[in-house]
Amino acid sequence: MAAAAAAGPSPGSGPGDSPEGPEGEAPERRRKAHGMLKLYYGLSEGEAAGRPAGPDPLDPTDLNGAHFDPEVYLDKLRRECPLAQLMDSETDMVRQIRALDSDMQTLVYENYNKFISATDTIRKMKNDFRKMEDEMDRLATNMAVITDFSARISATLQDRHERITKLAGVHALLRKLQFLFELPSRLTKCVELGAYGQAVRYQGRAQAVLQQYQHLPSFRAIQDDCQVITARLAQQLRQRFRCALPPAPSPICARLLAVALPCVCFCVELLLALGEPFLAHARGRLEKELRSLEAELGPSPPAPDVLEFTDHGGSGFVGGLCQVAAAYQELFAAQGPAGAEKLAAFARELGSRYFALVERRLAQEQGGGDNSLLVRALDRFHRRLRAPGALLAAAGLADAATEIVERVARERLGHHLQGLRAAFLGCLTDVRQALAAPRVAGKEGPGLAELLANVASSILSHIKASLAAVHLFTAKEVSFSNKPYFRGEFCSQGVREGLIVGFIHSMCQTAQSFCDSPGEKGGATPPALLLLLSRLCLDYETATISYILTLTDEQFLVQDQFPVTPVSTLCAEARETARRLLTHYVKVQGLVISQMLRKSVETRDWLSTLEPRNVRAVMKRVVEDTTAIDVQVGLLYEEGVRKAQSSDSSKRTFSVYSSSRQQGRYAPSYTPSAPMDTNLLSNIQKLFSERIDVFSPVEFNKVSVLTGIIKISLKTLLECVRLRTFGRFGLQQVQVDCHFLQLYLWRFVADEELVHLLLDEVVASAALRCPDPVPMEPSVVEVICERG
Amino acid sequence: MEDDAPVIYGLEFQARALTPQTAETDAIRFLVGTQSLKYDNQIHIIDFDDENNIINKNVLLHQAGEIWHISASPADRGVLATCYNRTSDSKVLTCAAVWRMPKELESGSHESPDDSSSTAQTLELLCHLDNTAHGNMACVVWEPMGDGKKIISLADNHILLWDSQESSSQAVLASSASLEGKGQLKFTSGRWSPHHNCTQVATANDTTLRGWDTRSMSQIYCIENAHGQLVRDLDFNPNKQYYLASCGDDCKVKFWDTRNVTEPVKTLEEHSHWVWNVRYNHSHDQLVLTGSSDSRVILSNMVSISSEPFGHLVDDDDISDQEDHRSEEKSKEPLQDNVIATYEEHEDSVYAVDWSSADPWLFASLSYDGRLVINRVPRALKYHILL
Repeated sequence: MAAAAAAGPSPGSGPGDSPEGPEGEAPERRRKAHGMLKLYYGLSEGEAAGRPAGPDPLDPTDLNGAHFDPEVYLDKLRRECPLAQLMDSETDMVRQIRALDSDMQTLVYENYNKFISATDTIRKMKNDFRKMEDEMDRLATNMAVITDFSARISATLQDRHERITKLAGVHALLRKLQFLFELPSRLTKCVELGAYGQAVRYQGRAQAVLQQYQHLPSFRAIQDDCQVITARLAQQLRQRFRCALPPAPSPICARLLAVALPCVCFCVELLLALGEPFLAHARGRLEKELRSLEAELGPSPPAPDVLEFTDHGGSGFVGGLCQVAAAYQELFAAQGPAGAEKLAAFARELGSRYFALVERRLAQEQGGGDNSLLVRALDRFHRRLRAPGALLAAAGLADAATEIVERVARERLGHHLQGLRAAFLGCLTDVRQALAAPRVAGKEGPGLAELLANVASSILSHIKASLAAVHLFTAKEVSFSNKPYFRGEFCSQGVREGLIVGFIHSMCQTAQSFCDSPGEKGGATPPALLLLLSRLCLDYETATISYILTLTDEQFLVQDQFPVTPVSTLCAEARETARRLLTHYVKVQGLVISQMLRKSVETRDWLSTLEPRNVRAVMKRVVEDTTAIDVQVGLLYEEGVRKAQSSDSSKRTFSVYSSSRQQGRYAPSYTPSAPMDTNLLSNIQKLFSERIDVFSPVEFNKVSVLTGIIKISLKTLLECVRLRTFGRFGLQQVQVDCHFLQLYLWRFVADEELVHLLLDEVVASAALRCPDPVPMEPSVVEVICERG
Repeated sequence: MEDDAPVIYGLEFQARALTPQTAETDAIRFLVGTQSLKYDNQIHIIDFDDENNIINKNVLLHQAGEIWHISASPADRGVLATCYNRTSDSKVLTCAAVWRMPKELESGSHESPDDSSSTAQTLELLCHLDNTAHGNMACVVWEPMGDGKKIISLADNHILLWDSQESSSQAVLASSASLEGKGQLKFTSGRWSPHHNCTQVATANDTTLRGWDTRSMSQIYCIENAHGQLVRDLDFNPNKQYYLASCGDDCKVKFWDTRNVTEPVKTLEEHSHWVWNVRYNHSHDQLVLTGSSDSRVILSNMVSISSEPFGHLVDDDDISDQEDHRSEEKSKEPLQDNVIATYEEHEDSVYAVDWSSADPWLFASLSYDGRLVINRVPRALKYHILL
């Protein structure tokens, strides 16, 4: 049988092993046993099933197979194999046979030895057993004696034992009864002493018994008494629970109530069910808090200030919620996730109502200017909510609170941006008034530089004030300042990008809008304002922007990965704005002077004018205005570079039309058909001068601005002159006027050659437009101009 | 042959007046009027030989006075109208007259320039547009597409419609209207719309553009403050009936839809001084030419508001090419408005620019110093528009 046991777990037992079904188990086992037997007897069923891929077990030529047929094998061998192989196989076979013979002999010897030793052992065992039998007999008799004794002792003690048991039972019953009878007084005492816990425990113990025996009058009376006391107890507990303000050890109280309430209802519920009325009661109390908060919020403004409001909310509602949550968790911790979930839902619902109220209150605050109060209020609000937040992580109250704080912070930023914009516009209005005032009053108002300084400092102080106000949100002692939002996004995106960069953008846009809209017709914008804004923007480009941004970066340690607008972009924008404003200023001022010149040329009858005695008043006016502009620009912009010229340039006489040089200098080389004309002169002159870009962009200095204005004016004069026809004296008047302009305008421009060129061209054009061009003597012109 | 090189021609006098010979559609011919107070003024008939890049000129004497404005009849090659200054008794009056040029010059001659100067011929006066009652003539415009019978002239604040009769030898004032208002109102320029059966004229005075119906001589629209300053010139889009362009002293060129006069459709601000002239190309209205006293001529491509905003549309008859065209069209669909070229050949203020009436790809510009420059639309753009 040893072989069968060894073969059992072998792979040979194959497919029979796998099925596990309970009903198929019995036939299975039988099959397995069959397989083992077969294996033992060398039948190959198991083998065939186990190794289907092996050589055919029925093959008669298989030497090791069960169906080996020597005849067939030999036949096959003889038929198939050559002689050499036959010989080989023969020797091989002989060798194998010999090896098998020797193996067999060894096995036989070994087995024989074992058989001999087994026979010896069996004989020895037979002797031993005979000895043991005797001893067992003796043991049996002894045991019988012992049993006999024992029975006799039991019989003797039986009687007493029964009596003792009975007495003990009576004693217990009596004690219980005594407890019951004493119960009402005990309860009363407990209630009086305030030992509610004890009282409720008693009541809990007695309740079942009283319930059972209530048909007996005496028990009935006890029960009634107990009920009255318990009701009173419950009443007291409820009372206490309702006004359970912080000093009261409310968790205990709540627990008592939680047990007491169902007592009154005579239903012993599961703890889970106990939770419901507890929360309902708590809800009632918290809702009362919410209502009082809402009443404070009120429809009308005289609500208490926001700090007080959040204090009330914090101590009343949030404190209450904390207590409820703590009590609940202590009481019902055993309920596991379901209970926690219930509490979380409870807290979430009430919390959201509370948040709605708080948000309404905060929205009322949004318009106000006092950030510190708001931040303190928010801080308290946030801080109070952190306790239940830790307790009720699932309710997400802390997250919601943080969100509210963030939202408020964002709105504050928006509010400050609006405030800054309004401040900027206010500054501009002030400047306008200041600019308009002196003209009315006729006396010197504050200078432009002073105005600029005022505007710049007031904007800067506004920015600083805003930054300081916003900075409160990130103060260390404020509980929410270490939230990721306030450390990262608030600083970079909110303050830096939203507030500061946004303000600079909007400032540039506001300034640029002055260039666009009223550009037609000179516009309602006073030119001085354009100039001032341009200088302001330029100052921003050179210093203020980087200063403000550095300030911001220092105050708000920007430490996140959000991309921020680089200083250079802002500077470029400011510079572009400044440039546009200045160009626009030049255009506007140029236009003013142009209009003056144009009117003066267009309205005069140049053919029948008298011989000039004076410089026309309009030219004086032009010079005056230009001087005024020069002063105005000089207040804000640096001088700039001008081309070095001879110091004597103001004394230069007109070369163009001095008659001595006019004729003969230029040989008629153009076309033979045409008579020589003076326009050649200007043509040739132009060959050597650069093209004048009239409305060209200006640089940030006084000379460039003035050059621009004068260019525009003189070009207008030129074009207007070309549209008119002049008499002799008309031409002379133009000559005088131009000389006068020449005398006074050269000092304003970068390259006085430009003024010469333009004025020369004016005079030349006037000469062309004159049928009788007799120029005035330069000396006379000079005299007139000096006199005028 | 250098295709895009400009051809320059110099006049001896100052000049402001330039017009193509409107009735001539084969040869490229421009008429230029000079301004001189001391010498006899001339009208130069400038023929441009496109193939050889050669200019031929003929000179006509215009003894009546310096020419401020010139316009050629759209019907008769030999007829033109000028506005000229007459100076008398220390008073200047601008008059207008219709003239006929000698027969042999009508279709241009190919005499060498040297000979022509010696044989300067005179214009034959057809009729005066009598303006004694109305003041200075600012400009004269012919009815486009018409038979050359109807002329509008602008005199101070009057707009006068003339009927010329008996082969233009007599001009009768058919109707007139005048502008009433504060101050001295003065028309600066006017154009006759080629649309609406030629019943509309637009005028400019000060900063205002006005449209007139020639049948009733009543105002049909008015664009107040079209420009910040004086409006110098205007032109109608030849292909879009409600569109017109204007330019003025605020250096801007504005494009208007006369159905919505509150704001321009588009504004260009490329010049750095007053823009004196704006002209639509007669066939391809995206090409807009402007001349300015900053001595520059700018050719702009205003595709977005042209009649062909998506490029040239394929005609129905070349169906075979349609496949190729379609793919091409796709690629050129997002066309942008842009400045095609800035021409800086002038050294003085450019007071007149105009397209040739014969070759839509060719235009002339005239500066005050008497330099006439003939330029072509860049070849690449031409092919881009055509193909």
